[in-house]
Amino acid sequence: MCDQTFLAITFGPCDSCSENRPLMNLYIKTEPINYCSLCMEIMACQGLASGETLKSLKAESETLRKKLEEERKKLHDVELEKVAEKAEALGELNMKTRRTLKGHGNKVLCMDWCKDKRRIVSSSQEHAVTMPTTWVMACAYAPSGCAIACGGLDNKCSVYPLSLDKDENLAAKKKSVAMHTNYLSGCTFTNSDMQILTSSGDGTSALWDVESGQLLQSFHGHSADVLTLDLAPSETGNTFVSGGSDKKANVWDLRSGQNVQSFDTHDSDINCVKYYPSGDAFASASDDSTCRLFDLRADREVSIYSKDSIMFGAASVDFSLSGRLLFAGYNDYTINVWDVLKGTRVAILFGHENRVSSLRVSPDGTAFCSGSWDNTLRVRQEGRGVGRELKQGGTTLYG
Amino acid sequence: GASFGTGMERVIVAMQDPDMGMKMRNQRLLITVIPHAMTGNDVIEWLIQKYNITEEEARHLGGLLVQYGYIYPLREPRSLLLRSDDSPYRFQTPYFWTSSRWPATELDYAIYLAKKNIRKQGELVDYEKENYSILHKRINHTWDFVVMQAREQLRASKQRRKADRIVLECQEQAYWLINKPCVNMPLYYHYTTLGRNRVKSSICLESFMKYSEQYLHHDPIMSGCLPSNPWISDDTSHWTINTDMVGIPTRLRVERWSFSFMELLNDSMGRREFMIYLEKEFSAENLCFWVACEDLRHGESSKIILKVEEVYKNFLAPGAARWVNIDSKTMERTLEGIKRPHRFIMDDAQMHIYFLMKKYSYPRYLKSELYKNMLAKAIVPQETKKSVFPFMRRQRHSSPSPAMVTQATEDDGKAKGAGPTGTSSTTNSQI
Repeated sequence: MCDQTFLAITFGPCDSCSENRPLMNLYIKTEPINYCSLCMEIMACQGLASGETLKSLKAESETLRKKLEEERKKLHDVELEKVAEKAEALGELNMKTRRTLKGHGNKVLCMDWCKDKRRIVSSSQEHAVTMPTTWVMACAYAPSGCAIACGGLDNKCSVYPLSLDKDENLAAKKKSVAMHTNYLSGCTFTNSDMQILTSSGDGTSALWDVESGQLLQSFHGHSADVLTLDLAPSETGNTFVSGGSDKKANVWDLRSGQNVQSFDTHDSDINCVKYYPSGDAFASASDDSTCRLFDLRADREVSIYSKDSIMFGAASVDFSLSGRLLFAGYNDYTINVWDVLKGTRVAILFGHENRVSSLRVSPDGTAFCSGSWDNTLRVRQEGRGVGRELKQGGTTLYG
Repeated sequence: GASFGTGMERVIVAMQDPDMGMKMRNQRLLITVIPHAMTGNDVIEWLIQKYNITEEEARHLGGLLVQYGYIYPLREPRSLLLRSDDSPYRFQTPYFWTSSRWPATELDYAIYLAKKNIRKQGELVDYEKENYSILHKRINHTWDFVVMQAREQLRASKQRRKADRIVLECQEQAYWLINKPCVNMPLYYHYTTLGRNRVKSSICLESFMKYSEQYLHHDPIMSGCLPSNPWISDDTSHWTINTDMVGIPTRLRVERWSFSFMELLNDSMGRREFMIYLEKEFSAENLCFWVACEDLRHGESSKIILKVEEVYKNFLAPGAARWVNIDSKTMERTLEGIKRPHRFIMDDAQMHIYFLMKKYSYPRYLKSELYKNMLAKAIVPQETKKSVFPFMRRQRHSSPSPAMVTQATEDDGKAKGAGPTGTSSTTNSQI
């Protein structure tokens, strides 16, 4: 290594432990000596207050944690089921598949609705010419409807402007925006086409400027892959929630990058998080085969949606427009519909021939769409009419 | 993984080989001459030659070296891209290699922030300030050491030549951009969460009940929609009568504006109506200001400075055409912050105006003649009776892409009105 380049010895024997390691200047009485990172830490910790050890710090952390649990319990004066007793019972829900979209040659991994309420973008595990890698795990429609963002195993999130010319090669106009050090698990535009929020297997989430590709903010706190995220529909529009393989759901402040709230009651990976329409709560879907509702103001889990007969992981959830119904797609190919308030299941929907990987209610709440590993997407709606299955080519498919 | 890191390290070591490595030379950064640097072009050329690869592959590999922090840019340090032009780059010191088995420690980060803080008061940006105070609490037992190291490092750097100082600063900055340590430590976190205001369950859960009840008739899956659900009947009227620019809105839509201030603002028609009302009250500048702030917050990074100037000129400067009335403390803070504009600089002022409108103008609007008239003339579409023959289906047409937003959308959408029921044989039911 060229010493002149770095103005100091950069690699060599540490003056303290003599091991060959990357070195840094350490100042003791204004004279620089060369220490490795480990010895630096030890030097610094020699300032530990008497009596304090790493052990005692840990014990302090545990006591605080217990105190926190007590505080939370004090305010928990009633269960959701009790409050919901006076709510009207729901009649029989009769949802039929209205459209089956069969354009993908492989598993559908993700989908999103356009704000025009009728177009959908979906992504799949495909050998497509346009993408450098096969698994496109996340996709999102821009608010204007004029672009889409997607990414996956390429560790990137790229934005593609949509063209009217069906023959135009979309890949040519592609713009790489986000860059992670592991797979991209989720992406969403914020309130405009100019910013994207991404989540990644590298354990972080990040906010990016689309035009320049600049990283605006990153969010650290998950101790494993981040699998999902959702932006809050709040007045001040400043927070989002993420879920990860560490079984935690974390709420973040977009501006400061801080983790402002955390919930860790799930027993396994959280595959999907979605805000309740008012923004005061969010639902989660987990590999522990349950979905749960977390209230942000009460700062706790308030409901679990589960059944002994449901043994497979839940992959995706979304609320109906009023928030009364929760649709959840599972790895046993079914979709369960839950009464959010009463905690009971109101319907079970069949039709897919493989895992339901993604599920979203349309922006105006007129229907919901589910994507599956059986290569299809199904748009479903309530009604006593005869359901018709069609090969519909009018919607935008991407993969 | 580890192998990935050492792979890149091998490349980096090869790049610095005295004989076969890159030819480094002085690069100009504004008026300073930086030694031992290279251009983005140099990097790509060298990779092409050494590994016998295409330019595209070289750009990809070079880009990774920057992303992972082995090479850092001297210009625009926050943009971790490898530009194929004469932008100057340098090699990162091995102590800061990402692959190092000793991850970015809080100690290093604390020293870095302390240096920044000592060097120039107010140089820490918001998230750095917060991290600094978290670290101060968390590793308080090492704080004397942190401050001492920070001071000594600053003293030593003062004795360096300007070019070296710039290099070392860029080097550090690049590292901390890539390796932001997780400062959310259990101890501090628990202290803050204990102090948080929590709401009783009964109150929170009641609010869910109220919300679901309020929106029940607006939820098509729960209550159906008028005149019919397009996915079932193939009649897209429901969508046509609810477009942004429709002449007369539906009753449900106007009712929804009264549910919350956010509902009113989120609907472009609602926002338009509210603006008309505010103009009558001579307080339209508030909404204009809010809209301008939203545009700043969510717009392109490159336009931030321009937009901040515009907002200042139009809304905040003394004697501005649309001067907004903010409390003196917020105004002072905002004007101070404008000297170093960023996209969140108007947040405090924007929130102040938002809550002002929400508390005063919004409730008055809902009681106004303007709103009441809107509600009165809003249409309630009649439910379309089911077709007699269930298998006679309408032709389906693809809707035009939003990418083709033209005057066309303003022409259509004239009120279909509470028209006749039954099967309308419109097969041209597209926007």
